Amino acid sequence: MMTDVVMPQMGESIVEGTLTKWLKKPGEHVDRDEPLFEISTDKVDTEIPSPTAGTLSEVLVEEGKTVSINTVVARIEEGGNGRAPRPKAAEAARPAPSAAPAPPPPAAVPSTVETAAEVAGPLSPLVRKMAREHNLDLSRITGTGAGGRITKQDVEAYLAQPAGQPTAPPVPAPPAPRAAPAAPPRAPAVSPVPPAGQPKIRVEPMSTMRLKIAEHMVLSKRTSAHVTTIHKVDMTKVVRMRDRTKAGVQAQYGFSLTYLPFVTRAAAAALRQYPVINASIDGNNIIYHNEINIGIAVALENGLIVPVIRNADEKNVLGLQRAIVDLAGRARSRQLKPEEVQGGTFSITNFGSFGSVTATPIINQPQVAILGVGTVEKTPVVIDDAIAIRSIAYLSLTFDHRLIDGAVGDQFVTKVRQVLEDWSEDVL
Amino acid sequence: MRSCQLRELGRIDYAKALELQQDLARQRKQGQIGDQLLLLEHAHVITLGRNGRMENLLAGEEVLRRAGISFYPTNRGGDVTYHGPGQLVGYPILDLREWKRDVVGYVRAIEQVIIDTLAEFGITAGRIPKLTGVWVQGRKIAAIGVHLSRWVTSHGFALNVSTNLTYFQYIIPCGLTKPVTSMAQLGVAADLGAVSRTLAGHFGRVFDCKLVDETPVLAAPGE
Repeated sequence: MMTDVVMPQMGESIVEGTLTKWLKKPGEHVDRDEPLFEISTDKVDTEIPSPTAGTLSEVLVEEGKTVSINTVVARIEEGGNGRAPRPKAAEAARPAPSAAPAPPPPAAVPSTVETAAEVAGPLSPLVRKMAREHNLDLSRITGTGAGGRITKQDVEAYLAQPAGQPTAPPVPAPPAPRAAPAAPPRAPAVSPVPPAGQPKIRVEPMSTMRLKIAEHMVLSKRTSAHVTTIHKVDMTKVVRMRDRTKAGVQAQYGFSLTYLPFVTRAAAAALRQYPVINASIDGNNIIYHNEINIGIAVALENGLIVPVIRNADEKNVLGLQRAIVDLAGRARSRQLKPEEVQGGTFSITNFGSFGSVTATPIINQPQVAILGVGTVEKTPVVIDDAIAIRSIAYLSLTFDHRLIDGAVGDQFVTKVRQVLEDWSEDVL
Repeated sequence: MRSCQLRELGRIDYAKALELQQDLARQRKQGQIGDQLLLLEHAHVITLGRNGRMENLLAGEEVLRRAGISFYPTNRGGDVTYHGPGQLVGYPILDLREWKRDVVGYVRAIEQVIIDTLAEFGITAGRIPKLTGVWVQGRKIAAIGVHLSRWVTSHGFALNVSTNLTYFQYIIPCGLTKPVTSMAQLGVAADLGAVSRTLAGHFGRVFDCKLVDETPVLAAPGE
């Protein structure tokens, strides 16, 4: 007899629960009142005991899914531990699989199913159904469940083989975690949740980092009055300097030289001149930071993090490049120390490295401005009524208009631009 | 009126307290003892809830070891949290069938106990919808994480009295979470024992039970 296991109601106002963990696998025996799965509701994790003793035959809700109360999450086949073979008479009394359509049986597979004599233990309805559908002789399948019972996995393994071969002895490790019945590698027709064709969506909970980024971005949009100004910068001198020295930097220091430390150095100089850009807002007060600590946005596989170069104005291009390489590398390998992502007073995001010409970044709270660096491209420009080819990049500054007016924002970017356009400082 | 045994354990190691509360929860499930309220303080420790993600623990083992912080994965609800000196930790071991069969009601009641306790110290605290815990001006002052088995609760809450909040930095990636606060940071210099006694009183009122004071039990009974 099958018993449905449902999502319990954990309080009068509670209408749903999140299934966080299966404590038993399909095919496993479970005692009455033994913990069967765990659910999570509002910071409370609850172990749910099995309502009956038997074999967990089907798991209908996978881990991480939220379902409404009284949803059937699993089925338990009651009746013993499966050690005693089912009496032959009882088996014979069951109707033959007359309902099954009768395709020509595959070679060497007898058309009869449920020849119970050789089959160890009772069979779950799922296994019976699969046997009917595939017209299988269950006595040819080696059971790996409790007491040699044939499980769904055994049938799948049998089906995966060339027709008619008996299954191999059970391997020590089961092939796949059974608690996740989603997306079986083949034969969706035998999935416990019968989907009609391919599912049209896939639902996946956000990672904690994703949730925090989402929270922070919306918080920032809600907090600041975002304005973005975009300036065109002639990077030709910087490009020449980089071209002249990058081989030497690579040889002497072992890292490659990018445009980012040049922009960072220019931004640090401009921040010194315009302290209001290097500030934050606290209630009705303006906090001016005496240290210039520049955060560099680093893209991670599934998110982003902004490690901070402390006292960035005290470093030259080489020192900045070294700090960027070190912080970005450790950000990607998750080796950053907590203090290394804190205390930033201004941020730079280098979307140019992904091919973007310009973008309007979101301020990294509680800062009041962020500088975006676009890709550096050779462009025809007009100089003294002649057309010249120059290396051009767009710098975009998003600033908080609560504190910074447009004029100051543009003066700041102009200063950054002048430092870059008149670049003369040696790198090596 | 039901009675609830109060155990004020003072400063106690996380592992030892965990063993004690698990043993008490087991006895409670078997009906051998009545409801319990454990109030205590931990040495520096970071714990990870059942559904917590290791990525929320920013510091590596080496950093934690050098900072003198231990680390435990646990079976309570919630994510990563920090416990340490100056923080009042409460582990109620209650059979909710004798109160209300309602896990959300339970969490709201714990929040109420803490809100009422803070009010006595002149702090106006409240809730933020969908963010379990107790909050003061957008800052979290108390965290909640509960495990329930056959309606018997374990784990519980942590209220920052004079906690050194810099320790929370070890579990904040990107500085993107909401900030934490403490009674001390809000200008209330309260003694942990005084907060503990006030809280016990409100606990008895909210959960409608009579608190029976007990001699501290420092070792798990029945061992």
